Amino acid sequence: MPVQVKRLLLVFAFFIAISVALIYFLTPKSFGEYGHYRGKALEEISSTEIKYVQMDDCAMCHDSIAELKNSGLHATLQCEVCHGPGFNHIEDYENNRMEIPNEGQFCMRCHIMNAASPKKVIKQIDAVEHAEGEDCITCHNPHQPWL
Amino acid sequence: MALENKNLSRQEFLKKLGLFAGGVVFVSTINPLKMVFATEKPKNGKWYGIAIDIEKCIGCGSCARSCKIENDVSQEPFYFRNWVEQYTITNEHEIKVSSPNGGIDGFEQPVPDEDIYKTFFVPKMCNHCSDSPCTQVCPVGASFDSPEGIVLVDQTYCIGCGYCVQACPYGCRYIDPLKGVADKCTLCSHRLEKGLDPACMMICPTHARIYGDLNNKNSEVSLFLKEHNCAVLKPHLNTHSKLFYNDLNQEVH
Repeated sequence: MPVQVKRLLLVFAFFIAISVALIYFLTPKSFGEYGHYRGKALEEISSTEIKYVQMDDCAMCHDSIAELKNSGLHATLQCEVCHGPGFNHIEDYENNRMEIPNEGQFCMRCHIMNAASPKKVIKQIDAVEHAEGEDCITCHNPHQPWL
Repeated sequence: MALENKNLSRQEFLKKLGLFAGGVVFVSTINPLKMVFATEKPKNGKWYGIAIDIEKCIGCGSCARSCKIENDVSQEPFYFRNWVEQYTITNEHEIKVSSPNGGIDGFEQPVPDEDIYKTFFVPKMCNHCSDSPCTQVCPVGASFDSPEGIVLVDQTYCIGCGYCVQACPYGCRYIDPLKGVADKCTLCSHRLEKGLDPACMMICPTHARIYGDLNNKNSEVSLFLKEHNCAVLKPHLNTHSKLFYNDLNQEVH
């Protein structure tokens, strides 16, 4: 074998060895457990804290209000649609109050007149004509607004 | 260089190299170097899919709002894991698409009612494709399909190159402005783990969003697909999207 080829082979061997060593030491342990990714990542992603609880959790204390809400058209709605996430409130209800959206036209978030909103799914209200500037909850009970 | 300073002879150099190689081989016998190959899609187990009923979407933006809170997404109006678009087709067949702040602050009708031929809301989110272009382009293996068919990002491994953001044909990824790495919908896998529905699905007041196991023919989503005529976005791209829309207009892109 010519000496040039020998040297070249040595150089190749050197770089391959370095690459293998780098791959060996730099690849995380769980890489390739399930596929071409870090298997531990699955665990890490699913270990994040939750923010939104469920209606069942709210109803443990607020059972009468939940019952009122569930007695009609808003039965499928979660409490947190209007009141915001409840994770803090469940931990420490005195210091973390839920949002109480009692400002004027909050209900318009869903019930606003819009041609794109399907009429058979939601009752749409022309706020100017219907309420004449009054707050929705002046007349409607927010937990039983269909009455 | 260190080698020149010590004036190493070739023999010594080769000896040291041999020693180093031997050391690597020795260590790898304790904890062998394993090969990582592409994996087949699992045949059994869960395979998540999503269905969105456009007929039921009222455009309240609750899904986008709850998603931002649940997943600590930046509140700036450029970063969304899911959002709602309003499509308006005028009598002149001009198509207008608007999504002010992803629909979180409500929608303004862009054209007067009498000029509208047709208008509807389209909620958008990650399609969790079976053959995701975004995971295929990741150079480091930080973006992947989970065994349950959820497309995820390993944020501690991501280098923030942004290839996946470019590759996603649905615009469902972004670079997190604080972390500098790719971020996207995880189908709230942290909630699925605890037996809860994803935040957007749970909070939707009209139950327009459904998810479930496509392998189970009696799951809610499978039954919905059976009973409705559903379509996916951009089927010509062969992403095999698992987000199915009921009543999808061909104008939607």
